[in-house]
Amino acid sequence: MSFASALRCRECKREYPLEPTYVCEFCFGPLEVVYDHDGMREAVSRESIERGPTSMWRYAGLLPCDADNAVDIQAGFTPLIKADRLGKELGIDELYLKNDCANPTWSFKDRVVTVAATKAREFGFETLACASTGNLANSVAAHAASAGLDAIVFIPSDLEQGKIVGSAIYNPTLVAVNGNYDDVNRLCSELAGKYPWAFVNVNMRPYYAEGSKTLGYEVAEQLGWRAPDHCVAPMASGSLYVKIHKGLQELASLGLIDNVHTRMSGAQALGCSPIVTAFEEGTKNVLPVRPSTIAKSLAIGNPADGFYALGVMEETNGHAVSATDDEIIEGMKLLARTEGIFAETAGGVVVAGLKKLAAAGGIRRDELTVAFITGAGLKTQEAVKDTLEPPLQVEPNITAFEEALGERRLAGVQTANA
Amino acid sequence: MAVTVRIPPPLRKLTGEEDTVTADGSKTLAQLIDALEGMHPGLKERICDETGELRRFVNVYVDGEDVRFMSGLATELQADTEVSIVPAVAGGR
Repeated sequence: MSFASALRCRECKREYPLEPTYVCEFCFGPLEVVYDHDGMREAVSRESIERGPTSMWRYAGLLPCDADNAVDIQAGFTPLIKADRLGKELGIDELYLKNDCANPTWSFKDRVVTVAATKAREFGFETLACASTGNLANSVAAHAASAGLDAIVFIPSDLEQGKIVGSAIYNPTLVAVNGNYDDVNRLCSELAGKYPWAFVNVNMRPYYAEGSKTLGYEVAEQLGWRAPDHCVAPMASGSLYVKIHKGLQELASLGLIDNVHTRMSGAQALGCSPIVTAFEEGTKNVLPVRPSTIAKSLAIGNPADGFYALGVMEETNGHAVSATDDEIIEGMKLLARTEGIFAETAGGVVVAGLKKLAAAGGIRRDELTVAFITGAGLKTQEAVKDTLEPPLQVEPNITAFEEALGERRLAGVQTANA
Repeated sequence: MAVTVRIPPPLRKLTGEEDTVTADGSKTLAQLIDALEGMHPGLKERICDETGELRRFVNVYVDGEDVRFMSGLATELQADTEVSIVPAVAGGR
């Protein structure tokens, strides 16, 4: 059973029943799920969680929907990897990577969609919909297919091929909008007022957003029931970043871990960095920008949770950091070269951010640091494919191979000396 | 000159459940909001804060363009302009 008890406005605190609604009718503030905390505390223990399934549904008691009827393709409980080689390169003694590439549709979006889809079915919706930069569309289409729901997903028309195919394969109605993500989001907000569809990130948003808390839960459990000293997460809308911190705090409030002193840092692509800009200017007034970056999954120019992200940053003494397109590509390659993880551009943003923070003392060498790698690299091959060594083309004999290998090594030496 | 205004679900109680309304004679967004307030009392308070500025969680688009990229409340409206009021939902990706 779920301990969700109401929706509450984050701004004016007015309460609403648990319905498919998302903004306060009075002040337009975002609504957030509130829970029967005492009931939760009684029902959920480390042991009850550890007995649960090896998916994020092991935290069902902390989520706003009923696990027995979950739309579940096994999102979550992804690996937490000790990244010694990358840590050595960056000067961080205890660095871990939360590898959310290892989700059913290869991004963290499966966490939010499994919750939103479950809730949508509880509410009786027959159609799942979303505005997406790609990863969300993939996940919505997959979960809808698994639940036998109709899917209609809206994406900007300039997306990477992997993200288009990664939705189309599940046979949704796929709508490519001539515009950027913010245009798509506006259109979907308007459509949500017109059609009886469950837009996972519009009218299902209060429930949807709760799914991201599980990243915080998992990291704490996987570290042996303790919070890390420092987290570095990518920021698009800022929701994921805020919810990781909320997840850690909830575990502490339930007595499952000690009080949380985690510093929360966030990374954006320089070509779409409205939250970083506000942080650097010391304001919480996030001004929208027009995105221009290869990190399309982070290209939200008008981040609705930016205000709250800046609040968490201030409260936890974290940092905001940005990365250029070249630094993003270098970050993707560095992660792959040192840890064997092929992340999408958002992962490159995080690794580039880690590198900058570690170099500038923003992350201390002795801080137990967790970096969140939220999506897989095969989805955004375009970003790196022209920057990689092409294969050696050889005839099938040893001489040809050794000649080609020799030339490549010689070229490598010359490059290194150049 | 008639401006069409798209009303989001949270405000439709104030417009008798109408999802679009039209208003005449407004040269700027600020004037339009005052005109809407005259037709549907209570609307302005929902869109603007105590200082008269647009609320933090309200996005207003004029012909699809966020007014924060234009002149905010001073944004000029043309004949047949479409204005859309949209709650600032945090997106996904």
